[in-house]
This record gives sequence, structure tokens and C-alpha cells, in this order.
Amino acid sequence: MSLLVDPDIERRVDALELSFDEQGVDPYGVRKSDLAWFYTTLSRLYRYYFRVECTGAEHVPSRGRAMLIGNHSGGVAIDGLMVIASMFLEKDPPRLAQGMVEKFIAGVPFASKWSARTGQLTGLPEHARRLLEDDRLLMVFPEGARGTAKLYKDRYSLVEFGTGFVRLALETKTPIVPFGFVGGGDAVPTIYNAYKLGKMMGVPYVPFTPYGAALPLPIKLRVHYGEPIVFEGTGREDDEVIAGYVETVKSRVRALIEEGRRAE
Amino acid sequence: MKVLVPGIAGATGRLLAAKLLAQGHQVIGIDRRPWPDPPEGVELHAVDVRKRAAEDVFRKHRPDAVVHMATVSHLTRTRDDERYRINLGGTQAVFEHCQRYGVEHVVFVGRHTYYGAGPDAPLYHREEEPPLALATFPELADLVSADLFAATALWRAKDMTTTVLRFCYTLGASGEGTLGTFLKGRRVPMVLGFDPLFQFVHEDDVASALALALEKRPRGVFNVAGPNAQPLSMIAKKAGRQTLPLPEFVLAAMLGRRGMPRLARGAIEHIKYPIVVDDRAFRDATGYTHTYSSEQAIREFSARHPVIG
Repeated sequence: MSLLVDPDIERRVDALELSFDEQGVDPYGVRKSDLAWFYTTLSRLYRYYFRVECTGAEHVPSRGRAMLIGNHSGGVAIDGLMVIASMFLEKDPPRLAQGMVEKFIAGVPFASKWSARTGQLTGLPEHARRLLEDDRLLMVFPEGARGTAKLYKDRYSLVEFGTGFVRLALETKTPIVPFGFVGGGDAVPTIYNAYKLGKMMGVPYVPFTPYGAALPLPIKLRVHYGEPIVFEGTGREDDEVIAGYVETVKSRVRALIEEGRRAE
Repeated sequence: MKVLVPGIAGATGRLLAAKLLAQGHQVIGIDRRPWPDPPEGVELHAVDVRKRAAEDVFRKHRPDAVVHMATVSHLTRTRDDERYRINLGGTQAVFEHCQRYGVEHVVFVGRHTYYGAGPDAPLYHREEEPPLALATFPELADLVSADLFAATALWRAKDMTTTVLRFCYTLGASGEGTLGTFLKGRRVPMVLGFDPLFQFVHEDDVASALALALEKRPRGVFNVAGPNAQPLSMIAKKAGRQTLPLPEFVLAAMLGRRGMPRLARGAIEHIKYPIVVDDRAFRDATGYTHTYSSEQAIREFSARHPVIG
């Protein structure tokens, strides 16, 4: 196991401020022993394969509820994984970022088990609300699956944002930390998404690259976090008001993507 | 207080009887199943809860409170009409008698499987959620119906206090219950690639929760659970069992053969996906706290039910 679990990572897992019981399981089924393995693998990808550059991690609150909101970049979830890695490696004490996983994952053997054990719950409003009320760090990509399906030529663009996250942030009085993710579209240069093949395999689509399968290339990735945004309200505002808030967040994400591109 | 307990001869019924006696209550039981040496003070009636003789018990004793535990639930049994009649017909009879003979408080003992298991079900079910179980697990229809029927007493029978409790799995020395039955063998079948959280509570804590419900009489529907839920594989290993992960289609074909438990087909969903409930409302309403940790409950179970051979 020693090759799979780095002792430094294990120490950081111990420093996570989560409510583990005496068995090392938290109320959502996150297991300490699995986190050690998961983060060891992630940290190697983060440091040596993608050589991720992270700025602004200090904008993420060290404790208490918060929402990470950013763009999708790359078709195979490396964006989410590297955000999770950055919150673990760049924050002191480390934080577990918990994403909202596409619904089909829960039905896929192994993917179901490992996502649950590392705190990545199915994307349901009930889950998002519960995690925030429990003062966890929630990671949301409001572009949804439309965002992961972006082709290479559209890699810096943003598709439509869902609005649910803003209402939830208002209701639960959660600060929104925007981030821009750059490089995923170059690491996984998708030229075609096979939707029919995906349907046959039980996934939304299968991305293809000029070299065939959508294996990520070792390209430098950047994640830039911005200052938290706090909206005042109840979550029951009219759609126009909410749309305005969503636009505010979206433009901040866009600015952070531009900042990341300038750094390249 | 005079408490009538239909279904008293089950493991938790017996523990409840002992607890109520210790608290100085009078305990009357109804059960078709034998209980050879009940403690002194328990008046036992070996009658079917749906039959006339059961109504006679209500009429004669005029209990202050009733704890209805006479429902059958085993994932390891397939559907049969008899079970359907006990669960729904029996529950209907109990509530009718309660209303007719002036019972002040009735507690229906339901189960958290009411919520059902599935890939898109939320972790931590709350009481107001509708049942999802029926689509994936039609064998549970009678229990879900009994639960919903019991809750209608909240508006139908306003002069009576109704408490509907949905308990998670129980575990303890008796080895009874869905989870205990599932863990009995040397090998615990699992679906390859899935390891759902299982929520369970020690059977003594179940009895305490019921006694507390009788004392505090909270009106409404409440989930009742215990310690933090654990992954099925961890529970099996702590109980000294081996897990046997099989691809779903293999497992489905093997159920009931080669010493594998006879699970209903719908039960596979229950070992693929978690059913975990939020029990904060019950804790707030009654001050309930569980006393046994998951480790203690498993240890008690495996000490009394070691792997044979």
C-alpha cells in the first residue's frame, strides 16, 4: 500500500476538519482510508502530470459553507478532480471539495462506489442543500453536462449557466467563490462527441480526440480562484433578479478564465 | 399505563415488553408466534391480529396505548398473499380497534425501506418524501401501503394521537431482522462495484425509542435511526464474514441457490444503493439518543451468531 498512499497525504487527510466517526467514516460515507489513496493519486496528477498552477486559493474560506463555481474545461472530469486536489493541497487546513456528480454515475459499477467514498454525491438539490447546511465546501459547474461536451474550438467559451446555485446560495447564505479553469480543453482536445454510442454504453456521450480516445495529454492546467461574492436575499426572488446575479458570477468566471489565459 | 403490543413475540417486541414492565406499565401482547416463557406481568394472547379474538382483547382491556409491530418484512421472502393480508389488513384492523375502544395513543412501527433505494434517491431521506420503493421493489407495496394508511389516522382520528415511526435496520444479539438475516451466512453477497451505506440501530435502542415515543407521544411521522451509517463491506468484515462481490447478473441468477440467501429481485437495489434516513425530527421531539455504537451492535450480533464451520 505504501506506493499507493503517500504518508504526507495521509497526514493531510488527518487534518481535514470533517466529522469522522470512530470507524473513520463521515455521515456521507466518506472514508478516511479511501481519501488517502484518492488524494495520493490526485496529488501526483496535480503536481507531475498536469503541473497545475493555482492562484487565489486564499479566497476560499478555511471553514464554513462555501460554493466553488466555475467553468467546465475538458470532457472527462479532470477539471473537477484538479479543483478537488487544489483545495486539498493548497489550503491549510486542507478542505474536501464535494462535487455534484452526473446522475448516471451512481448506476455505474465502481464509479458509483468510489465517487460515494470520496464525498462526490449525486447532483441533487437535496444533497447540495444538506452539504451547505453542514458547512461543507460545495463544488458546482453550472454549465452542467453541456459544459463538459464543449469542443476544442469552444474551449474558452461558456455555455448557459443553470440558476439553481444562486437561489441555493441566497437561501443558505453561502458565499460564492468563482474560479476559472484553463487548459482542460487542450489536455482533452475533443473534436467529436458520440451521443448515440454513449447512449448504448449508458453514458451521456463519448468524447473523441484527434488521437482517438479522450485520454488527457500532460498539458499544464491552471485554476484561478477569485474573491468571494455574497448576495443578499432569500432565494425567492423573481427570475430576472436571479438571472442578473447569475450573470455577475458568470462574468467573474469569464474574467478569471482570461486571467488564466494571460498567464500562459 | 396499559400498553397493548400486537407483534410482541418478535425480538424488539420482547425487549420493549421488558422495558415497559421495568417502567411500571402493564403489558398485554398479541402474537400468533410462540413466546414460551414471557416475563411475569406480560399477558399474552396467541391470536391473529385480524381475527375477532384480537378485537376481544381490545374490548376487554381498553388499553391506553398500542404499539403495532405485527407487520412482516423480510427481503428474503418473495411476495405472497398471506403477508399482504397481515401487513395491510392487520394494520387496518388495529387502527379500527384503537378508534373503537378509545385508545389514546397508537404507535405504528414502520421501516425505512419505505423510501426505496435507487441511483437518484437522495442520501438522508426526510419524512415528507413520497415512497420510491414501489417502482423498484413491488414486494414492498404492502408495507408502504400500511405505512401510508397508518398516517391517515393523523387526520381521520383526531381524538387519538398517532405516531408513525420508520426505523432503519436493526441489529443485535437476536440476529433477527432484515440485516441480521442477510449477515447470517459465512459469505455476504454484494453487487460488484457497489458498496452502499447501511444504517442500523441496536435492538435495545429500538425498544428505548418506542418507550420514549409512548412517553412523549409525538404526533406525526418520524424516522428513527442510530449511529452513523456504514458501508456494507465494513459491516460484513466486522461481523467476521467474507464479502462475495458478484456482477449483478450473476448475483441475480444465483439468489436462492448454493447457500445464497433467497432475496426478492427488487432487494438487489437495496444492496446496490443506500437507504439512509434523517432522524433529527424524532430526536428533537423526544430527546432520543442511541446508546449503542455500530461497532457494539455488530459485536453483539457476531458473538451470538458466529460463522459456522
